[in-house]
Amino acid sequence: MTAAFTADAARALGGPEWLARRREVAVERLADVVWPTPSEEIWRYSRIDRLDLGRYRPFAAEELGAPGDERAPGGGPWAAEAGKHAGMIVVRDGRVVHHELDPALEAKGVRACGIATCEDDLVSTLIGRASSRSEDAFTVLHDAFLAGGAFVHVPAGVVVENPILVLHWCEGDGRASFPHTLVSLGEGAEATVLDRFGSPDTDHLVDAVTELLVEDNAHLRYLTVQEHGSRTWHLGFQRAHVGRDATLRTSAVALGGDYARLRSEALLTGQGAESDQLAVYFGDGEQMLDFRTLQDHDAPNTRSDLLFKGAVEDTARSVYSGLVHLRPPAKKANASQTNRNLVLTEGASAESIPNLEIEANDVRCSHASTVGPIDDEQLYYLESRGIPPEEAERLIVLGFFDDVFERLPVGALTRGLRRSVVDKLEHARARR
Amino acid sequence: MTASSNGADHVLRISDLHATVSRHEILRGVDLEVRTGEVHALMGPNGSGKSTLSHALMGSGEYEVTRGSVTIDGEELLGLPTWQRAHHGLFLAMQYPVEVPGVPLESVVGAALEARGAVPADLHERIAAEARAVGVPDALLRRGVNTEFSGGEKKRAETVQLAVLEPRFAVLDEIDSGLDVDALRDVARRVYALAKDRQVGVLAITHYARLLAELRPDRVHVFLAGRIVKSGGPELADELERTGYEGIAAELGIDELTVGRPAADADPFGDPTIGSNPFADPLA
Repeated sequence: MTAAFTADAARALGGPEWLARRREVAVERLADVVWPTPSEEIWRYSRIDRLDLGRYRPFAAEELGAPGDERAPGGGPWAAEAGKHAGMIVVRDGRVVHHELDPALEAKGVRACGIATCEDDLVSTLIGRASSRSEDAFTVLHDAFLAGGAFVHVPAGVVVENPILVLHWCEGDGRASFPHTLVSLGEGAEATVLDRFGSPDTDHLVDAVTELLVEDNAHLRYLTVQEHGSRTWHLGFQRAHVGRDATLRTSAVALGGDYARLRSEALLTGQGAESDQLAVYFGDGEQMLDFRTLQDHDAPNTRSDLLFKGAVEDTARSVYSGLVHLRPPAKKANASQTNRNLVLTEGASAESIPNLEIEANDVRCSHASTVGPIDDEQLYYLESRGIPPEEAERLIVLGFFDDVFERLPVGALTRGLRRSVVDKLEHARARR
Repeated sequence: MTASSNGADHVLRISDLHATVSRHEILRGVDLEVRTGEVHALMGPNGSGKSTLSHALMGSGEYEVTRGSVTIDGEELLGLPTWQRAHHGLFLAMQYPVEVPGVPLESVVGAALEARGAVPADLHERIAAEARAVGVPDALLRRGVNTEFSGGEKKRAETVQLAVLEPRFAVLDEIDSGLDVDALRDVARRVYALAKDRQVGVLAITHYARLLAELRPDRVHVFLAGRIVKSGGPELADELERTGYEGIAAELGIDELTVGRPAADADPFGDPTIGSNPFADPLA
């Protein structure tokens, strides 16, 4: 099944010694990996049975770019759209090809560089801290072929006002790439990170891992935007560790891909830690957008909130499956989980499976889930004002997403993302 | 065809209108003529089919019109989709305005005017002025229209939309329910001014007589069991006060006051005693 994903291919990727060794360990684990099927709960309803790994092969070292070899479009329009930023890392097929950072921040010890090329020892000690215990087979594959990736570090007490951009571009038919984003905030640090993914219309497998390490009293805002081409597969695994009195606000906007999955996990490890998880997704054509979330409370007085909102058109499908886990130490924890779905056409469908596992006492926990078409009463109300049905539908769909859009970090992007949702809606209309 | 050109005299004519819900006949031959600038009050007890009339006029898919005609200046509205009826100059202030999360009032009115091809440059200011006139705070304008508004706030917001859209004809479906005395006065005065200054033709559907004091209707119609059974000037409201709907029914030899489906048409906020005495103060 992993024909092209051999130990030789992993070795040939080069890079620093510690990274090569890390790959070696993962390659060994790979031999014993049991590849998932939809019969596993975490892959239920997914399209994983359609994945033929034999269709893809990894890049060789010489095919991947090096810093200074900037062929990715990321530095261009994407950087401009994000508005004023403190730093930027451009990642092509999983390897960093460009990085820049405000020198004043660099002087304070902030890092925005490549995992394989960063001269700071920190990267080798931090990498895997959140992801290495992942039971996901694709994390093992990722680790076995990790050629580099983005490293963002903000030392204790440093506040970065403007966002740091990580711009990933993946291309190459029949290729697999393994982008990694490692964000680490020291005690009391603050930052905003945009992690944006795109690809052309190629049959490409993106096996991505994001680690968000938020130390005590630190505050991280993180937005990932996924706008892959219509034949790209994206398997994203994102795990965050949130320390004492720290806050994490993660958000995801998922629009592209053939099958695009995001597994987003927030582990609240310190007392008083907080996590907010937001997402907007819109599937059309034959897309499938798949989300698995975990709000994992392992300390007292922790708070988590989740709001995922999606719409599906044509014959697109979406899956939301989320677990709120309140472990025994999570006394006085407060967790809420909401997933709402609009099913805009008869052929489209959305699954929504919220779950609670409560092992702690004296907690507050709530969840809500809805799947349904646009409300006829809302349509009638707007039409009664003289608004034609297509426009009424557009207003209702945008309004539906509004409470997520208005809470997204990197406000400069919000307008364009709203526009992207409208474009998808209008394209789907044109096909009807 | 722009809704705000009310300079000329226009006429909304409802003829022999019959409508059913789930094959049950609710409207049983409604005849009514309203001209621009006139205020008509249509009064009937709960379950008489008043709300059905308003939605049948606006073209809700919930009701099937089986006979009759509804025209503005001779142009047939039946068969047109709801939004086109609005473009012909019809507006319905709903009894239960619908919450549309994330779509603020200004977006609604803006889209409505844009579809008519005429968005005034000062739309924002006009909305702000109309909101002040009926006591809608700014915070409500920023929220999705009607979203988590109180009953009274919804009715005020309907009035703001009515005033900015300035239709030829406005059907007000129980615009008074859920309003306190002050709000009722603000709303009724604004509607009266629109009728007299901007020549909007008003059909106010109600079972509370208290609306009429401020609205000062030119014509009053008593609506029982799906049709208008008696019409007159403002003095008809006085007669209703004395006799109640039952008195009018007795005088006309009518047995049935309702259409047998009160549950479908009932106002959950209404006072159950109102059916027999429309002049009882629901707040007393």
